Amino acid sequence: MDSSAARLTGDARPRLPRGVRLAQSEAQGGWVLLAPERVFKADTITVEILKRCTGVSTLDEIVDDLAKAFTAPRERIHADVVNLLGALADKKLLEV
Amino acid sequence: MATPDAVPAPLGLLAELTHRCPLGCPYCSNPLALDRDHEIDAATWARVFREAAALGVLQVHLSGGEPAARRDLPDIVKASRDAGLYSNLITSAVGLTPQTLAALADAGLDHVQISIQDCDEASADHIAGYRGALARKRAIAGEVVQLGLPLTINMVVHRANIGRIEPMVELALSLSASRVEIAHVQYYGWAMKNRAMLMPSRAQVDEAVRQVELLRTRHHGRIVIDAVVPDYFARFPKPCVGGWGRRSINVTPAGKVLPCHAAEVIPGLEFWNVGEHSLSEIWRNSPAFNAFRGEAWMQEPCRSCARREQDFGGCRCQAFLVAGDARATDPVCHLSPRHAVVEQLAAVREDVAYAYRRM
Repeated sequence: MDSSAARLTGDARPRLPRGVRLAQSEAQGGWVLLAPERVFKADTITVEILKRCTGVSTLDEIVDDLAKAFTAPRERIHADVVNLLGALADKKLLEV
Repeated sequence: MATPDAVPAPLGLLAELTHRCPLGCPYCSNPLALDRDHEIDAATWARVFREAAALGVLQVHLSGGEPAARRDLPDIVKASRDAGLYSNLITSAVGLTPQTLAALADAGLDHVQISIQDCDEASADHIAGYRGALARKRAIAGEVVQLGLPLTINMVVHRANIGRIEPMVELALSLSASRVEIAHVQYYGWAMKNRAMLMPSRAQVDEAVRQVELLRTRHHGRIVIDAVVPDYFARFPKPCVGGWGRRSINVTPAGKVLPCHAAEVIPGLEFWNVGEHSLSEIWRNSPAFNAFRGEAWMQEPCRSCARREQDFGGCRCQAFLVAGDARATDPVCHLSPRHAVVEQLAAVREDVAYAYRRM
């Protein structure tokens, strides 16, 4: 029952598992996250975060990169990233 | 009648590659009249996938019958990948070999759903009408996980196994599934033939729903539990296929295009075939797809109901099968004037032999 957010430490290297991928669909109005028998609309922020979840970059590196790209406070970005990735991991849509 | 401009983009394509299947499940969702004589070839499926992707379809569900009964399944999976679609194999796992599975993974398959009839071996094999079915399913599930593919276990629930929701979910966990579907039988086709044998009691249904809630909490973060509600016991109908002609397309083994897999039971609908029309033309203009689009076809109480954009009046096939009118309110809705019929049917339970589906 542990929330996946607890495992999202700075040195975690999150990635989308096989069977979960981002795709662009003009007909469906933009970016979508394709998953086993489910489709989620992905907003710009979600897309920017997930594009960086390659299994190579650490969580700290992802947050630093986003803070630089969007000139936003690191703490806020960190909270957004952990929120999103924790929720996705709980749904088995992200490997931590 | 909806105009072409108002027609939304479909999201999913259910590709029934064949109606052949080694199992004989008494609730088989295939139609009573099966496509036996002709199956469209892999090249035609490839064209259908390209046309589907161009229409906006994102996911293709490769189903049957048993899709592994087709030897060209790897070519079909590759074609779906080449079209840019997310591919989901819906299989009984019986007839699927580790070699074929590896070829499917190489061809770009995204996800595998394996049906399991029960967690108790003797019961599972009895329901499937196939000795050794559960053992083979376990073995193939292991191969799916070995290949790194995500696995869903689909458990169809009815009177013979409804008391075992917890061990069913345990079985799915032990097979390293990331998702399990607890799918109460829907009464169409073969399931209607076996309805009195499959029907659970209200108390069993309530307990099953309670179990699912408990198990979701207990296994949060470990496995996703999705449940298909037993609609004979619901207050409101399901938004069947996300609304007629709104999100979903079904192509039969012979290439006939249906708004849902059961739609052929409704008399008077004209279905078009991919051999004669493009998928786009069929989606926009075929009489069957336009028959129940929008709200003009609705009767009361749907026509003035606040939920009509939520559940679209429920299921057209069920309206025909139970209320005798495909335009009627789905009679599982407690607001339907024919709802008493559903209550009567839900109370009929008989312990007899299953009528197995055999080709």
